[in-house]
Amino acid sequence: MLLLTCPNCGVAAEETELAPGGEAHLKRVGPGSEDADFEGYLFLRKNPKGVHFERWRHANGCGKWFHAARCTVTLEVFGTYSAQTTEPPKDILLKIDDKRPGWRG
Amino acid sequence: MSNAVSALPGAAHAGIASVTEMGLQGMVTLRGDHAEIAAAVKKVAKQDLPGQRRINGGLGKGVAWMSPDELLILCAYEDAASIVEKLDKELKDAHHLAANVSDARAVFAVEGPAAREVIAKLCPVDMAVFEDGEIRRTRMAQVPAAFWMAGPDTIHVVCFRSVARYVFDLLATSAAEGSGPGFF
Ligand SMILES: [Zn+2]
Repeated sequence: MLLLTCPNCGVAAEETELAPGGEAHLKRVGPGSEDADFEGYLFLRKNPKGVHFERWRHANGCGKWFHAARCTVTLEVFGTYSAQTTEPPKDILLKIDDKRPGWRG
Repeated sequence: MSNAVSALPGAAHAGIASVTEMGLQGMVTLRGDHAEIAAAVKKVAKQDLPGQRRINGGLGKGVAWMSPDELLILCAYEDAASIVEKLDKELKDAHHLAANVSDARAVFAVEGPAAREVIAKLCPVDMAVFEDGEIRRTRMAQVPAAFWMAGPDTIHVVCFRSVARYVFDLLATSAAEGSGPGFF
């Protein structure tokens, strides 16, 4: 079972209280872009065995979106953070460096 | 004038805890920056701004923290419309939304020494450490709901009116005679 602490309301929410929002930190590719880039933006997603950054919504709770960094193998959660950012915070990245050396590949 | 009725007038069940529909309750949703709306809440609802996941007061007179930009004001059913009006007046220069949601909700009381167990069977919430003055928005079986302690052995549950019958039946089943795990 996955427990994520919602940074908006502070609840350590069980997975069934949350709605998944897929891969985090996607960069939108818009009008005028190459077809291949647009296809990537729409359809291509990472599916790593290990560290993954995701969007989640506290749907049966405060209703707000947030980000989570976790390991897809062990379900270890490295941290959750605000939805209003385009990249993971430094402290979470350093924590992952510590626990999964070489994960940045 | 139409005659307002609550979702399940008079619905009641007795088992390891009693489940009672609480009739018409006034509720106003207020959205906006908490710091900007605090003064208006104090003036109109006569309540201090609650901290994260806290509720001040209760049914009929209270304010609950719903999210970082949302409060729920509890009042008498007849007062909800005028509270919206007063809030809009107080907050005319602030970005906000005040809406009378009284008729969109249903409220139940779960009462008795096993009240926590009735809720614990239905929600992913640790009822062993659930405190007075805390409000929890969560999932109750298949629908969203919120609840708080209204007394040592009393829990007030709020859900959407459209699922009132479902939630009442859930609570009644969870409170069935002889079904208490006796955990708390
Ligand atoms: Zn939340």
